[in-house]
Amino acid sequence: MKLKLKPFVLAALACSTSGQATSIPTDVTNGNVDNRNTIMALTNATVHLNANKTIENATLLIQNDRILNISKGNNPPAKATIKDYSGMHIYPGFINLDSNVGLPAAAKREAFSWGGPETINSTTQGAYNSNEAIKASYDAAEFFTTDSKSNKKMRAQGFTNALSHRKDGIMRGTAVLTHLGDQPEELSVVKAKAAQHYSFNKGSSKQDYPISLMGSVALIRQTWLDAEWYAQQNDMLDFDLAAINTNNKLPKIITTANWQQTLLAEKIANEFGTKFVVKTSGDSYQNLAAVSATEQTLIVPLGQPKAPQINDELDAWNVSYRDLKKWEVAPFNPALLEQQGVSFALVPSSSPQGLDSFLKDLRTAHEHGLSEAGALQAITSVPAQILGRNDLGSLDEGHYANFVVTTAPLLHKDAMVAETWTAGIRHSIKGLPKMKSGHYQLTQGDKSYQFNLTTEKGKIKLAASDEEDEVKYNIKAAGNFATLTVTDEDDEQQFFGAIDNRAFVAVDADDWQMTRLGDVKVSDDDDADNDKAKTTPSSKELPSIPFPFNAYGLIEGDDNDSVLIKNATVWTNEDEGILTNTDVLVVNGKIKSIGSDLSAKQEQRVIDGTGMHLTSGIVDEHAHIALLSVNDIAVNSSMVRMKDAINPHDVNIYRNLAGGVTMAQLLHGSANPIGGQSALIKLKWGVEHPEDLLIDGAEGFIKFALGENVKRSRNQESIRYPLTRMGVEQVYRDAFTQAQAYEKAWKDYNKLSSRAKKKTTAPRKDLVMDATLEVINQERYVSCHSYVQSEINMLMHVAEDFGFNVNTFTHILEGYKVADKMKAHGVGASTFSDWWAFKWEVNYAIPYNAALMNNAGVVTAINSDSAEMSRRLNQEAAKSIKYGGLSEQEAWKLVTLNPAKLLRLDDRVGSIKVGKDADLVLWSDNPLSIYAKAEKTMVEGVVYYDREQQDEIEQTIAAERSRLIDLTKNSKGAKAPFQSKPMKTYECESITGHQHIDHLFFTGAVQ
Amino acid sequence: MKKTIMTMGLSLMALTAQALTPAPGKEAVDKIFINAHIHVGNGKVLENAQLAMKDGKIVRAGYYKAPLTGNEIDLKGKHIYPGFILANTNLGLAEIDAVRASIDGQETGQLNPNVRSIVAYNTDSERIPTMRFNGILLAQTTPTGGLVSGTSSVVQLDAWNWEDAAVKMDDAMHVNWPAEWANRFDWSTFTMQLRQDKNYQQKVEQIKSLFSDAKADSSNNNIKLNAAKAVLAGKKNVFIHSNNPKAIIEAIRYFQALGVKHPVLVTSQGVEPIIDFIKAAGVGVILDSVHALPQTTDDSVDNAYALAAKLNEAGILTALSYPGSMSSRNLAFTAGTTVAYGNDKETALSMITLNVAKLLGIDKDYGSLELGKSATFFISEGDALDMRGNLIKEAYIDGRPIELHTRQQQLYERYQEKYQD
Repeated sequence: MKLKLKPFVLAALACSTSGQATSIPTDVTNGNVDNRNTIMALTNATVHLNANKTIENATLLIQNDRILNISKGNNPPAKATIKDYSGMHIYPGFINLDSNVGLPAAAKREAFSWGGPETINSTTQGAYNSNEAIKASYDAAEFFTTDSKSNKKMRAQGFTNALSHRKDGIMRGTAVLTHLGDQPEELSVVKAKAAQHYSFNKGSSKQDYPISLMGSVALIRQTWLDAEWYAQQNDMLDFDLAAINTNNKLPKIITTANWQQTLLAEKIANEFGTKFVVKTSGDSYQNLAAVSATEQTLIVPLGQPKAPQINDELDAWNVSYRDLKKWEVAPFNPALLEQQGVSFALVPSSSPQGLDSFLKDLRTAHEHGLSEAGALQAITSVPAQILGRNDLGSLDEGHYANFVVTTAPLLHKDAMVAETWTAGIRHSIKGLPKMKSGHYQLTQGDKSYQFNLTTEKGKIKLAASDEEDEVKYNIKAAGNFATLTVTDEDDEQQFFGAIDNRAFVAVDADDWQMTRLGDVKVSDDDDADNDKAKTTPSSKELPSIPFPFNAYGLIEGDDNDSVLIKNATVWTNEDEGILTNTDVLVVNGKIKSIGSDLSAKQEQRVIDGTGMHLTSGIVDEHAHIALLSVNDIAVNSSMVRMKDAINPHDVNIYRNLAGGVTMAQLLHGSANPIGGQSALIKLKWGVEHPEDLLIDGAEGFIKFALGENVKRSRNQESIRYPLTRMGVEQVYRDAFTQAQAYEKAWKDYNKLSSRAKKKTTAPRKDLVMDATLEVINQERYVSCHSYVQSEINMLMHVAEDFGFNVNTFTHILEGYKVADKMKAHGVGASTFSDWWAFKWEVNYAIPYNAALMNNAGVVTAINSDSAEMSRRLNQEAAKSIKYGGLSEQEAWKLVTLNPAKLLRLDDRVGSIKVGKDADLVLWSDNPLSIYAKAEKTMVEGVVYYDREQQDEIEQTIAAERSRLIDLTKNSKGAKAPFQSKPMKTYECESITGHQHIDHLFFTGAVQ
Repeated sequence: MKKTIMTMGLSLMALTAQALTPAPGKEAVDKIFINAHIHVGNGKVLENAQLAMKDGKIVRAGYYKAPLTGNEIDLKGKHIYPGFILANTNLGLAEIDAVRASIDGQETGQLNPNVRSIVAYNTDSERIPTMRFNGILLAQTTPTGGLVSGTSSVVQLDAWNWEDAAVKMDDAMHVNWPAEWANRFDWSTFTMQLRQDKNYQQKVEQIKSLFSDAKADSSNNNIKLNAAKAVLAGKKNVFIHSNNPKAIIEAIRYFQALGVKHPVLVTSQGVEPIIDFIKAAGVGVILDSVHALPQTTDDSVDNAYALAAKLNEAGILTALSYPGSMSSRNLAFTAGTTVAYGNDKETALSMITLNVAKLLGIDKDYGSLELGKSATFFISEGDALDMRGNLIKEAYIDGRPIELHTRQQQLYERYQEKYQD
């Protein structure tokens, strides 16, 4: 073991002229002990103790791995090795919080296959967590080996310390904090367990669950609950749960893929009374207010996307404004966070060149407004604070001698890293300039010359210090010797000498002398220029940022929620029927009065509805818009919550508003008999938080599913129970039976006296059982994906046996066959108008379904299950006139009042009635007409979609696009061929969100 | 497993019996309709006009003083429309999307010029009567997949077998011109990758060499080249399928240089940036999905709805189609949707009747209600482009009255009756 380590020790000494490397105390020395405790003094340096405090002309004393003292002036102790660092800037060493240096590569994620046999259980051997994505017991320190190649790359960018964790799994275990000094592991490790790491990405786990964002959230929540329970029980061993409890006090760092996840991290942490430090993807600028309001400390990657290479207007066709805008705004991300007062650390971009361009990227961030102090804090003191270290991240007595030496102020364009010191070991990077820069005088006999000496890009440059002086100066250095040439007209004279302690001296001291007169002498004119160069920050103006961050975020919203609509044809959906020439007054988002000749107060907006039809907004009982993922995979996925996967900035919200939709139930997919919990939203375009879309006080709903999807019909190799409709029934009976037993176990436990409770292990809190129990207790209502009559009948029987009612059958294409039974059970129906023939179980679907069920007294709605079709639900409703002869008013209720009833919100929405929410749509025509367009769509009185603005918005978008395209064409940075990715859209069956890929699953083409 | 498949096969057969296609014993009838709103299909409406058919042809369409012998049927303001034509569809080739055994739309391999859809066209498909019920009386049954999918045929939707059905056998070869950028879904990171397709040129070369080798071949021993020769000889048209502006330009330039003067472009929103080029090239366009989301997040919310009118305004011969076939019965409603976004009602109608007929090369006989053309039309209670008016009680193909009351209607009535009891 130790033999292996030796080369590292040697390597460390080799690259360090003043190696203070200590050996491992317990180790055997092959030779003579060579421990030194020499004090090292670095003099005349500008020492930046931290971002705010700098000592010029300071002396830094180092002994072993620590800083002994820092003081102003040149006053080193007599017994010290003295090094002249004049002209040099010394900064605290940088800390990289997002590293995996020295750790074995994480297993590669295997390609997901929905078509093969499912992997229902963990494949990890041993007493580890039953979910393979939970790797909380992984202790990076145990696997850490010194990786001098990577260390060197990091030191070149000024990093002296790294926090390394294995980037794999949802709970990734602990990270190790190390010095980057190529020392043996025993000495490199600063702290073996320095932080715990998390993510929402299951990584290499072969287990199917979780496959969605909301599944990852549920898994984190359940695992934390399990850890609490684990601490009290003696029944089982689980290394991961044990590790969670042991490491509970360590900082928790979570890696997120987008700002939505960044907000989500806070939500989960709040629930458990903790706080995450969040490693973002660098996109916080897309929702700055919400991200900064979380008051989370962030770890932010630097770097910016390459400019899209757009050669001609046809290339531009598929490059979205959003992607162009990302390129423009991303470099401002650190500056924007600083402005908001967010505490953040900066780390290299994750691109392959990210590490090597770290300092360059840092300067770019500085040019885009990040202050010098802010930049420095983000790579020194903030990371140290995150890790709770007061011996790193700043320079002070007793701190680790971890620092960076630069040839100019760090963010200056010419600054180079000369040296990086880790725990007292010097690592030369570009090396100190061979000679001190300054204003010099060279004398030989009666001749005297004055010039400035500077080092630019490693080359020594001489220039006359007096503008009038026409003498040319030149110096060529080779090794520790140099030749200085003075050319005065035709006369050329050479001075040969040695370079000694950064000064140029004649080999024969009597020959000539070169004396440093002081700092580089600058003429008055140059001075002004120099000042300019020093104060470059924010030379770039902050571009406007659309909100939401896409093209339709350019709309100027008006949040006035009081409005008078005059003289419209009003479809009340109430006993009054359709009222012509009627006014509707909305005050503070509610319908205040309906009548004729109503008058508006000054602050109320007036809309002329002459010739137009006013209706309540369309309610889509079955939608998957505004979501980041749709399906998880566990047979009982009741623990997953769609509200955890809401993307309030999905452009489909705006598009649906343009189709008159004001409210939707965001449902889980149909991969499982018991799916996830729904989110009921109002379509408010431009809100900051996912929660802002949720309807306050709405009842809880959950997705169930029957038939081909849940029995995995199109996967020939499926092993997942259930594979038949017979098994589907038993899944329910089992789940409800277990839930009842669970309820009893808790009731029994809660009945115990507090003394008895202390002696008894509480039942394990199970999020699956909690949600399942809510269903039985009618605290959560079921919306069940269903097609054929047998399964519809079955679920009603199961529900009745367990004492609850199914709320809604959704899709329900054979509902027409059992409408009488449905009526008797009291369940509603939410169906497609005319879909059929896409799979075997819908072969007997008929477009008369809605009318037949409606006429049989079932509360019937027509839904979309598609972001495209939901924009035309008015047309879908009108089909029930063609198929089944419903009256226009009945047909209209299929997409308004009836779905509101199914969602138990008909006391608030679904009709135009005094006191109800003003979710209203003004149509150009009879809303059931194929020729009708939504002119204005209001949610709670606020006009979120206005067709009158459409031209203007489209022109703004076009102008912005062409401005950005010109900007990319003229930009100097690297360009890459680029096309915007196709947008995701989800349906019940969706796994990936890319329709043609999901279709492969659907048709069984992917096996 | 075998057992399951057999049962499925049996039940499919059992079902098809109900479709009653075509109604036995129905021959072309001679009829005279008066007081009808005749939507000619060429942009004109003849209000309260007369339409007469004889021997399967239209013999009157307009205003006539002299009575025609026979019973006049007073339509009292009902509407007569030419049968809608559904281009570029897998109708008759696909029964249940998720049941592989019932799908015949896509042959394996990249180059299938010789593959012919007509032989797999199932006249007994349960999907067909649902088309007729909404006014679609003709279709171009079309193979998909690969670079060259094969050859389509135009059929009428009331036939005993595919030979009866064929209106224009082997009308066109379908070419999927590749795009420079290819999507690839990465199953390990679960993300969509979008990269420039390194094989783009090579794929294009595969298409080009099919035709250049066909030109050079004198042996007739290669059935793929033989199929391509039919294109070179002008016996078959070419339908170019692409939704990428640059690919469309390349494809059209290539086929026109090859001598295919009027290839047809099947596309969607990708055509918008090159409307001028399309116009100049004189190429007709079939928009395959009006009911679609905007292509990119920047696009107008109305992008897909408004495109048809823009193409028409530019003077491009434009037709509409509907993806797949399960929901293609909504073809008329996509035409109706375009009317709300700039199209004229009768122009929208042309886009699913006469314009399609022109692009399929069957406009001599079909696509409009003009003298001498086939009596292929239907009578609707109201505006057939609107769901509320599209109520069809009678329809004729080549003068033959066709069955509209099929399985879905029978099930409806059966259960209506059940609940009335």
